[in-house]
Order: sequence, then C-alpha cells, then structure tokens
Amino acid sequence: MGRTLFEKVWDAHVVKELPDGQTLLYIDLHLVHEVTSPQAFAGLRFAGRKVRRPELTFATMDHNVPTVNPKDVRDAIARKQIETLEQNCREFGVQLAGLDSPFQGIVHVIGPELGLTMPGKTIVCGDSHTSTHGAFGALAFGIGTSEVEHVLATQCLWQSRPKTMRIQLNGALQPGVTAKDVILGLIAKYGVNFGTGHVVEYAGSLIPQLSMEQRMTICNMSIEFGARAGMMAPDETTIAYVQGRRYAPKGEDWEACVAEWRELKSDLDAVFDVDVVFDVHDLEPQVTWGTNPGQGTGISGVVPDPKDAKSEEEALAIRQALEYMDLKPGTKISEIPIQHVFIGSCTNARIEDLRLAASIVKGRRVADGVRAVVVPGSKQVKQQAEAEGLHEIFLEAGFEWREPGCSACLGMNPDIIPAGERCASTSNRNFEGRQGKGARTHLVSPAMAAAAAIAGHFVDVRELTSEGVTA
Amino acid sequence: MEPIVRHEGLVVCMNRVNVDTDQIIPKQFLKRIERDGFGEFLFFDWRYLPDGSPNPDFELNRPEAKGATILLVDDNFGCGSSREHAVWALRDYGFRVILAPSFADIFYNNCFKNGLLPIRIPRELYKQLSESHARGEWRRMTVDLEQQTAATDHGVTFSFEIDPHKRHMLLHGLDDIGITLQYEDEIARYEASRRPYQFVYA
Repeated sequence: MGRTLFEKVWDAHVVKELPDGQTLLYIDLHLVHEVTSPQAFAGLRFAGRKVRRPELTFATMDHNVPTVNPKDVRDAIARKQIETLEQNCREFGVQLAGLDSPFQGIVHVIGPELGLTMPGKTIVCGDSHTSTHGAFGALAFGIGTSEVEHVLATQCLWQSRPKTMRIQLNGALQPGVTAKDVILGLIAKYGVNFGTGHVVEYAGSLIPQLSMEQRMTICNMSIEFGARAGMMAPDETTIAYVQGRRYAPKGEDWEACVAEWRELKSDLDAVFDVDVVFDVHDLEPQVTWGTNPGQGTGISGVVPDPKDAKSEEEALAIRQALEYMDLKPGTKISEIPIQHVFIGSCTNARIEDLRLAASIVKGRRVADGVRAVVVPGSKQVKQQAEAEGLHEIFLEAGFEWREPGCSACLGMNPDIIPAGERCASTSNRNFEGRQGKGARTHLVSPAMAAAAAIAGHFVDVRELTSEGVTA
Repeated sequence: MEPIVRHEGLVVCMNRVNVDTDQIIPKQFLKRIERDGFGEFLFFDWRYLPDGSPNPDFELNRPEAKGATILLVDDNFGCGSSREHAVWALRDYGFRVILAPSFADIFYNNCFKNGLLPIRIPRELYKQLSESHARGEWRRMTVDLEQQTAATDHGVTFSFEIDPHKRHMLLHGLDDIGITLQYEDEIARYEASRRPYQFVYA
C-alpha cells in the first residue's frame, strides 16, 4: 500500500519507536518567539543543559512588539519578556532576528520568506499557527513550552502517530473570493473540531491554482478546526518560491533538494483515515458572526437563529455567541457596521495580501468613524510593499501603516480593540476577548476587510465598481 | 513534576463547548516569564466583573465549587492557542483532573507535562454526569490512574482509556527530557545519517 505525504515525512524523521507506540521524531527546524520560550530556556538553565542544535533553531520577537515604534516598549513586563529572549539567544547561541534585524517579523511569515521553511522538513514552534509551514509540504505543528524545552535540549519530540485526513478542494474560485474564504467556508461547514487528532493533506484541483501565500493562509488555519497539522504537496510553485531565498540550499544541494521534492507527494494508492471533498466554485466571500472561526457564513447570508440549530448544544453556542457579539438573528451580514479594520497577522499579512487589499482601497477613502490599520507581516514585507508604493495607497485612503508584528490579532501589544466595538479582521481567531476584552471580531479576507473599511459595514467585495461602494 | 496515581476531589462542571485557551488564560497574562502564579488569572474574563469583583454567575465562583480539583467540561476543551500557560493556570488554581468528551491536541499534550490528567469520556456519559451533577445528585469523584477507573460519590463508575506511555509518565512524575537523553546514541546516529543540506542553515 502506498504512503501519504505525511507518512513519508514522518517516516523520514523517526529516531526511535517504542513498543507502546511512542515515536521519537527528529525536528529539522525549531522556531522560537518571546512568549512561549522563557520558561523553556529557564528549564534548560536550571538543569544545566544546552541547546543541542542552535543552528537548527531560529528566534524572533513578534507577539509583544509595538507597531508604532517597536523599540518603545512601555509595558515593563512585555519589555522584560523581549529582553529575556535577547538574553536567552545570546547565552544559548541561538540566532535571533531581533528588533534591529531587517528580517524581524511574525515567526510564520519570516520562516518561509527566509527560506528556512522547506518541503519535507519537520518544523515546530511554541505557537499553534505553526501549521502555516505545511503549505510547503513540511510537517509543521505547534507545541507547548515543555515541548519547546524538550526540542531545545534534544532536537527531538515524542509523538504518537496521528490519523490522516485528505481534504480535496475542487474547482476554481470566483473573482474576489480568496483562500481565506476557502478555509473559513470549510470550517463553517464542518465545525471547529473535525480535524482533531488528524494531520490534514489538502489536495484537489484548487491547490495548483493557488500562490504560496494563499496556500499558507489555508494551512495556517488548519488548527482552527483542530487539525494537528495541514500539508500540501510541493510543486513547481513551491520550488520557485523557495529558490534563491536567504537560507535555501544552493548549487548541487539545491538540485538534490528539488529532485527529492518533486517526488514528495502521496502515492496514488495511499489510504487516508478520512476523506473529505469540498467544492469551492460556488463559494462566496465569508464573514464570521460568532465567537469561533466556524461560526461564519457567506456575505449574502444572515445571522442565524438559535431556533434553527441542529442540536441543543449548537443552539446554546449560538445564543452565547450572539449575546457576546450583540447581534440579532436574521440580521443581514452586509448590514453589520464596523468601527475597526485590521489587516495583518500570520494568516494574511504577506505581500500578496497587502497587494490585494491595496487594489480595493486605491483611490477610495476609509468611511467616517472607521479606524483602519495595516500591519505588514515582516520587515521584508513592509519594505517590499513600500517599494511598490502600497503604503501610499493605504495612507491616502486613510489607513494607518504600521511596523510588523502580531499586533491586534491577539492584542498582546498596545493594539487593542475597545470593548463593544467591532473589527473586520484578517486574523484567525474571533474568540471572546481575543482582540481586547469585550471586542467583537469578524474574520474576513484582506479583500473583504478593505471593502468593509471603505463602506463602514460588510459588503460583497465583488460589488465594488469603479463608481465606488454602495454605502 | 508531581505524579498522579489516585485522586479524590470536588468536581465543578462547566457546561460549555469549545472553551479556548484565550478564555482559560487571556493574553494579558502571557507576558510573565515564570511558570507559577497563573491561577489567580484563570478564566479571568468570565470569572471577574469589570469592577474586579468575582462574577457570582460563573461556575467556579459558586459556593459549592469552592476547592474543586476536578473539572467536568463539554467538547473540544483547550482549543486555539498552544499556550501552556493555560495548563499552568489550571494546575496553579488546584485542578488535577479534567474530564471532557474531547480535548484539543496541543492542550491535551501539555497537560501530561504538568501533572494534570485529562480524561476523555463518551459524550453520553458527559451528559449523564453533567445533568446529574446539576441536579445535585453527586459532588465528588475518585480517579484511579493506575486502574484507569473513576467513581462518583453517588456510585457511577466507569473506566477510561489513556495512552500507556503518557500514563506511565504521569504515574511516576517523569521528566521527558531525562528519558530522551537515554537515546543519545540513536539521536546521534540519526543525525549522522542525514545529508548536510538537510540541516540547512549556517
């Protein structure tokens, strides 16, 4: 029987298998950030241990970093956390893209853009959105701080073999519909825990049509339906993306890698524990109305009525969500007003996302009463965007143009949405309090966020014409 | 790590699905660089009113929940962010056992590193236990990890499944890293078998 992509990567990294099913897996790349690592380094220090392979470990700071002036960290505890990472990296010999580095940025943006992320690697980080890197055909997943310490000390991780799921995304996207809408639509249909215990491979006719940025958006949110990891087989698009990047292999090494990567895919007779088919050709732009990423619908939809729920539990969950979000059943999604727009995060702050948003706002103005912010995913993304003049488009339209970081995706830095106000956000989680206590988050694509900024409420980005938005 | 072999304690039930780690420990408390002291911030936004006083309606604040060490909760507990701070907060508050129909994967793994026992129970059993608990029919539970059994104080008993490796680690309070380092030869052999470019970056 053939093997899946996941099984091939897994098998290539087995150091030791125990009779009880536990596998010691070798980790090729360990990404580190300031929030989930201090206790791990402290554990090493306490036990007198070293980082086993500092050259396979790469750190940056992203969660706490202010986006107006990154060096002006006024929160003393946040500053301490950032300084602790700097000190830990010095002491243990770990390379750091710090605040002064031209490569600093959100850890899941810089890994791929530096060429650290490559097909066939095992990649971990103390961060659930590590699933992002699976877009390259890597096995990439988030771990807790104890596991961070374990990887630092041993470069390995104990794992029990997950189950496999294939999600076939079939069809072509309508203009104005993006990868973000695909993953939001998928989670809205199947729920927030249908992937639990599984490594997902995304396949189907849609994938070859997608850029690496779009693929990363889909893999990034695999964790939002509980999947351990999301993967896509590498193809020529993947290879072209990696080629020439800072840490990508060169010369003969590159040729050897490419030869391997072209073979790195699920065998035709490979069997998955679960097979799902999701058609995308009818998909419309998505907007979440609730407090988990599965509570969403198309832009032509309405806020649901708990009375129509399939189960008592679902009805309860809808009621709780609507109470927090202050929404009434039957309200048209397009009639929900917003006060904030956040374009950023490891889901949607890459250059292509910014190009897309800029193409919508060009020549238009942010609606009165809306505060709209763009936070590029990394220094390199920011630099590229400025070279293309995107920042001018945003600034002329009334957007704020910030420095890179996780920012309002989780509001660990000063970028917080005030209680009771609504934000159209390109991030990945609409949990209660995620963007600030009492803040109400609606997850959307960069195109839909840009359109909402102009209209002051949600609007189908496909209705935007040269005459402007129907307000 | 503090081992867990047998635990008897008061049970609190939270009839909520998809409790994410942002609720268990909100982001403003993730800036500390220690592992301890997170208990007072557990479920912060649900537990306290805007003026800082305890929210009397929140499950953990009810008089009958005072001193609870076992949490009974609905599907997909611990979803979202990988933050181990969620487990540290639950442990620091005093919890030793969590029973739920399902847990998010990263949270589930984190529990075992910190002496917190997560037990998966069938959804029907969850409904039965949470409903009878709400009716006041029982309050306490005894969990025996060695036997993989549990019993309520009103006589409902059940057994549960757990990965033998994880069970062993928890029973003996073992440090994963110490065990892994016993496989140093295997790790070194594996590293020697890889080609240098597979370890890119220099």
